[in-house]
Amino acid sequence: MTTAVLVSVGCSGGSPTSAAAAVKPEAKRRPAPDFSLKDAMGRAVTLAEYKGKVVLLNFWATWCGPCKIEIPWFVEFEQKYKDKGFAVLGVSMDEEGFAVVRPFVDKNQINYRMVIGNDSVAQQYGGVDALPSSFIIDKEGRIAATHVGLVSKGEYARDIDALLGIKKSGVRRDGAPVLALFRAE
Amino acid sequence: MALPFWLCSAQSDFVTAETPARVVVKAGETAVSKIQFRLASGYHTNSNTPSDEFLIPLRLTWEAAPLEVLAVTYPKPHLEKYKFSEKPLSVFTGEFDIATRFKAPPTAPKGARVLTGKLRYQACSDNACYPPKTVTVKLPVEVR
Repeated sequence: MTTAVLVSVGCSGGSPTSAAAAVKPEAKRRPAPDFSLKDAMGRAVTLAEYKGKVVLLNFWATWCGPCKIEIPWFVEFEQKYKDKGFAVLGVSMDEEGFAVVRPFVDKNQINYRMVIGNDSVAQQYGGVDALPSSFIIDKEGRIAATHVGLVSKGEYARDIDALLGIKKSGVRRDGAPVLALFRAE
Repeated sequence: MALPFWLCSAQSDFVTAETPARVVVKAGETAVSKIQFRLASGYHTNSNTPSDEFLIPLRLTWEAAPLEVLAVTYPKPHLEKYKFSEKPLSVFTGEFDIATRFKAPPTAPKGARVLTGKLRYQACSDNACYPPKTVTVKLPVEVR
């Protein structure tokens, strides 16, 4: 059951959040296609094993400049949210595979799992021609948000917070507490 | 006379190549072919000398036999700053020419033939990048 609750938010700073503003309503989310791709150790990684977690599925490549802007954000998200039921899964579209990805991962101290993608998986996700392309997947394995091209760190954070049910507090410009509408499920 | 870009068969998603003029070269001598490429508005490609070790350089290669490729000369790249780059990047934008100097060995058979060139590039806009692509160029050559 979904219940709308009006709550009063404290004054700890930051922007007021309109909960789930960027993520699709649950009824409009479609299942994220499952796949099996290899990690750097040659182990099969499936999306299905992430069920129950919010997943940021990021298609990227070492030759993609905009992707490199986002990666430090994802490293931060992985660190910040990994104990809250969240994971980043990187899917590199580099043709040379881990021969080029491994040095990049080491150099940039990437702390989340990485697999090598292929055309078949890309097609399942609509082609993924433009990089970066990211899919925010809810705990039920459904695509809740899609970002193609470079977007802001705040947009990702908002999506993740919404799907994890993390409520953000905020203040108005005049310093008064903000009233925000949250959805309790 | 070269065909206009929009009539040229050598097209790819972002870069198109003008149909090159026929090259005439005497056996034992050299000749230069200059080919004009055009990149779609709003996009850039890495130059042949990109600014970062992970970036893919633009390259023109030839299946030139029985001719030899002595040198491929790229234009001077632009250094441009994009919102995703901390430093200016070495790129090509708009129209640019690439020159190739061929040599016909003294033993090269006389007559007409078509050489195949492949321009491999990787294009980006200001907020997204696209997988490497290849545009094929057909160069008519006559050895005399």
